[in-house]
Amino acid sequence: MKYSVFAAAVLSASAAYAEKPELTVYTYDSFVSDWGPGPAVEAAFEAQCGCDLKLVGAGDGAALLARIKLEGARSDADVVLGLDTNLTAAAAATGLFAEHGVTAEYSLPLAWEDATFAPYDWGYFAFVHNADATVPGDFKALGASDMKIVIQDPRSSTPGLGLLMWVKAAYGAEAPAIWADLADNVVTVTKGWSEAYGLFLEGEADMVLSYTTSPAYHLIAEEDGSKAAASFAEGHYMQVEVAGILAGSDQPELAQEFMGFMVSEAFQSIIPTTNWMYPAVTPAAGLPEGFETLITPAKSLLLSADEAAEMRDGALAEWLDALSQ
Amino acid sequence: MVAALILGTLVAVALRAEAGSGFGPSDWAALRFTLMQALLSAGLSVGLAIGVARALARRRFRGRSLLIALLGAPFILPVIVAILGLLAVFGRAGWISQILVFFGLEPLQIYGLHGVVLAHVFFNLPLATRLILQGWQEIPAERFRLAAQLNAGPAAIWQLLEAPMLRRVVPGALAVVFAICLSSFAVALTLGGGPRATTIELAIYQAFRFDFDLGRAALLSAVQLGLTGVAGFAALRVADNEGVGVGLDRALRRWDGETMLARCLDAGWILFATLFLILPLSAMAVAGISGMFLLQASVWVAALTSVLVAAVSTLLLLILALPMAAAVATGRSTLIEVAGILGLAASPLVIGTGLFIVIYPFADPFALALPVTALVNAVMALPFALRILVPRAREVMARYGRLALSLNMAGGPFWWWVFLPRMRAQIGFAAGLAAALSMGDLGVITLFADPEVATLPLQVYRLMGAYRMEAAAGAALLLLILAMGAFWILDRGGRWHAEA
Repeated sequence: MKYSVFAAAVLSASAAYAEKPELTVYTYDSFVSDWGPGPAVEAAFEAQCGCDLKLVGAGDGAALLARIKLEGARSDADVVLGLDTNLTAAAAATGLFAEHGVTAEYSLPLAWEDATFAPYDWGYFAFVHNADATVPGDFKALGASDMKIVIQDPRSSTPGLGLLMWVKAAYGAEAPAIWADLADNVVTVTKGWSEAYGLFLEGEADMVLSYTTSPAYHLIAEEDGSKAAASFAEGHYMQVEVAGILAGSDQPELAQEFMGFMVSEAFQSIIPTTNWMYPAVTPAAGLPEGFETLITPAKSLLLSADEAAEMRDGALAEWLDALSQ
Repeated sequence: MVAALILGTLVAVALRAEAGSGFGPSDWAALRFTLMQALLSAGLSVGLAIGVARALARRRFRGRSLLIALLGAPFILPVIVAILGLLAVFGRAGWISQILVFFGLEPLQIYGLHGVVLAHVFFNLPLATRLILQGWQEIPAERFRLAAQLNAGPAAIWQLLEAPMLRRVVPGALAVVFAICLSSFAVALTLGGGPRATTIELAIYQAFRFDFDLGRAALLSAVQLGLTGVAGFAALRVADNEGVGVGLDRALRRWDGETMLARCLDAGWILFATLFLILPLSAMAVAGISGMFLLQASVWVAALTSVLVAAVSTLLLLILALPMAAAVATGRSTLIEVAGILGLAASPLVIGTGLFIVIYPFADPFALALPVTALVNAVMALPFALRILVPRAREVMARYGRLALSLNMAGGPFWWWVFLPRMRAQIGFAAGLAAALSMGDLGVITLFADPEVATLPLQVYRLMGAYRMEAAAGAALLLLILAMGAFWILDRGGRWHAEA
């Protein structure tokens, strides 16, 4: 008797525990880290949803997509957060995603029309340098100069692929010639962003491929104004980071609620100083102090998801060809 | 079981694949580059290691045991940290370049094939030195006593004692270093200066995440394993398995190499190795010390997790490696030895993905993150452990096997009274290496990473990804200290501690 009472208590306790629904969001690793937006986002969403938000980090954007493909329709994930427009065509082609149904007043420099993926932040790729250096104003001047740059490999890194698309979007068929001129400026190519940025900080190169928002980190978090991003006349290629709901989700309503939360004030105000990107919807209080010092590109470049998917392999071949000489 | 883990995961990846594309011209280029840099790196690492090990075997000096412990440091470091350390010394803005520029010369040009080889020698020279020093350690003290009594000169000692020992040890060391360099990716790309330096491992990475072509990833991985297998077989064929014999376990004394020239040469070798190791390591220490004060609680928790994983992994390794070493020593199978070397060339990405595919239908991969990490780390350390354990195990078996048989002493008592006590130094070294390797390994944790459980190397990468380079350097220094500490303690546990 005593035993069965105990068992009943345990059962009802675990039932009560199970009643709190769990929402699983797959994202990239730096989002969930203690220094990323993850912890604050989790606290804010759990305060409003009465649920348990489980953020799972899986490498970077491309590794995230590979992970979803591996798991297929049986995935535990309800939402995938952290793909960019270079990946969304491939992601949509898996047929694993449902429509997001989110509407918001986006502050993106262009209209957003994707029904499958909704943006949560964005930024411009740029070459970051020490503020006291004189830097070239476009790719052609860079190629003609003796400035040394360090870039990321497009085969293993999202920014690396972004640079490939940047040159392609700006120069089209002329891209191979641009790369040929840049070849002697490239000190080396790294596996990922961290390696490249670390090399730059050690003084191995004059400029590194990063984001226009990178100097904001140094300015706001380290009170160090010695870094700046070079403004290029061709315009700057954008990275728009997006999220989507998986069609196989067992918590579709909660997933929907999360997507709404994602473009709300609470989530968006966390982004600038944790992910160091522009929020997709500018918070009511505006951007944090320091962001006004950043460069504003004259022109925003972005290939559509389909164009990006179509051009990717050709652009990679051109890049390999030019830099392997 | 080891083969099952390595080959099984490969098959799992291949089975998941749809029609993959075959071997293209760029793959051949990657294969050529991979082979060339691995051969050069292995040859140079082992060649230099012979000189360093010989000098270390002949000399006793203050700080010798510290230097030997430091030899464990480079290849346990997260690759990115080691690269930054190397570049702080050899880079365009590195210490050497600064000196050159000061004298009006051109800065050092490190990026290229020579840079890749330099980095690989930095990673592997210490390992090769330890493996070869182990060979010297296995020459019984009585042989040197006899040589001194017969007034044998350096040439005679070389010919009679050292050269036969090297013929036994060097092929294995070459195979191990070759296999490590074969699966290099970030080092080769970064120091190779661009896509010219594409290795097979990078092509695997590309196939997996750029094209999501699992068939190609599996094919490339099979090529990598095949190359390592060939190298492993070749090494075992060439290697002379005749033992040098077993002595009376007496303390070693050397009477040779007392001439001025020999002293200077040895001092030169030791100085070279010390500088080559210490400079990049001290660059890391300098970069890390201020960052140590920035570390948050989560980094310390990660450090504790890493220590636990390393402990479990080391235990698993010994459970795997000791019976394997005994089996190889009694001549039951050379296949076992080759299977052990394969672990080195197995791409962590393919093993991780394969395990994921195998585990996913049955269990929650996150719940298994730490056990899987410990197991994979143990398998990755197995090749090193076998290289360390097997030669000594052969000798113990050759010397005491028959005696034990005639006394009808087998199984437990033989292991307890004869085998294990005589293997103590080697077990300590192998365990130390396994613990250090496991602590430094990022490996499969990235695929299985549970958001709440991070290992220390993962936290280093996360700190870097969040712009916190200084804190990352601090965490890396903590990792270095922990890994070296584990190595030191376990290696000390072996009583004769490299008293060659």
